[in-house]
Amino acid sequence: MNPRDVGREDPDRLFIVTGGRADTDGPVLDLVSLIVGGGAAPPGTPSEQAGVLARCRDFPVSVAELSAHLDLPVSVVKIVLRDLAREGRVTVRPPVSAPPRDQLPDLETLRQVLVGLHDL
Amino acid sequence: MTSDRNDVPLRSTARDALKIVIVGGFGVGKTTMVGAVSEIRPLSTEEIMTRAGVGIDDPSAVADKNATTVAFDFGRITLNDEKVLYLFGAPGQQRFWFLWDQLFGGSLGAVVLVDTRRLADSFYAIDRLEHHGTPFIVAVNRFPGPAPDAPPARAAPSLARVRAALDLPPGVPLVECDARLRPSCKSVLIDLVQHLTSLHFPETTP
Ligand SMILES: Nc1nc2c(ncn2[C@@H]2O[C@H](COP(=O)(O)OP(=O)(O)O)[C@@H](O)[C@H]2O)c(=O)[nH]1
Ligand SMILES: [Mg+2]
Repeated sequence: MNPRDVGREDPDRLFIVTGGRADTDGPVLDLVSLIVGGGAAPPGTPSEQAGVLARCRDFPVSVAELSAHLDLPVSVVKIVLRDLAREGRVTVRPPVSAPPRDQLPDLETLRQVLVGLHDL
Repeated sequence: MTSDRNDVPLRSTARDALKIVIVGGFGVGKTTMVGAVSEIRPLSTEEIMTRAGVGIDDPSAVADKNATTVAFDFGRITLNDEKVLYLFGAPGQQRFWFLWDQLFGGSLGAVVLVDTRRLADSFYAIDRLEHHGTPFIVAVNRFPGPAPDAPPARAAPSLARVRAALDLPPGVPLVECDARLRPSCKSVLIDLVQHLTSLHFPETTP
């Protein structure tokens, strides 16, 4: 939880990842959106994109796990993912049972969570 | 804790992830609780914050030399072929407010983890959850003995005293746990889900 100084860490790399763009188009991504990749990265793919593609090729991976494994901040991973999704190189499985703001999770979801927890 | 616990992939059929947030002050046992129930070793990640409070999706914030990052950790529990539950440990202090929408938005609910030796650490989180409308329960992580900096021979307060000190509404469950033990953490999560279920039936809520 120690706030660290990004500027001191590697500002140039982070700047390159985002391309310095105000990049908000593309799919809405949650921390737990699940990402499914298509195939191997072609030669010349930027390393952050290649890292993401390698991580989600065989199994779905959450945005949070990609961020942890690639050691990139969540918002940076989201920008990389939006590029890949727009190009059709990953698909996004959104958290469809997440309750909308000010609403309770639905009862069927709660029942499944309870069963899953009891099995733990 | 096996050494390869970190590498368990999700099932290829996983398509519906859920979130529960465990929030509390520093050292209250959030990471311990996540680790006790997670099928993977808790992972740590980070998000960018800027001193200017720029939106986190604004890439100019990324390049901002004033930007700092805050780390948070998480684990997961596969519920069935399609559903997977992620548990996030969230720092409860006010200065991390910028993380909250991301963590609490779309979450099922929250567990506020408290250490009775530092109850004030949870005031902000409880207040914020109430305003957010995020349903929550409070779990007291019982540490043996007084805090190193506490006055000697102060007995641990009863749950009733904790409830009064936190000014908890009667409808909010207050439970005890040991964050190191899987069965204890499992039962806290079950208590939360049962609370969420009971909120669907307000007339029968005690
Ligand atoms: N005795 C005792 N120690 C605990 C318990 N839960 C956590 N700890 C210890 O307290 C310290 C802080 O816990 P941690 O999970 O890192 O707290 P966090 O900052 O909220 O993530 C660690 O050394 C844990 O081993 C508990 O229930 N009992
Ligand atoms: Mg921690």
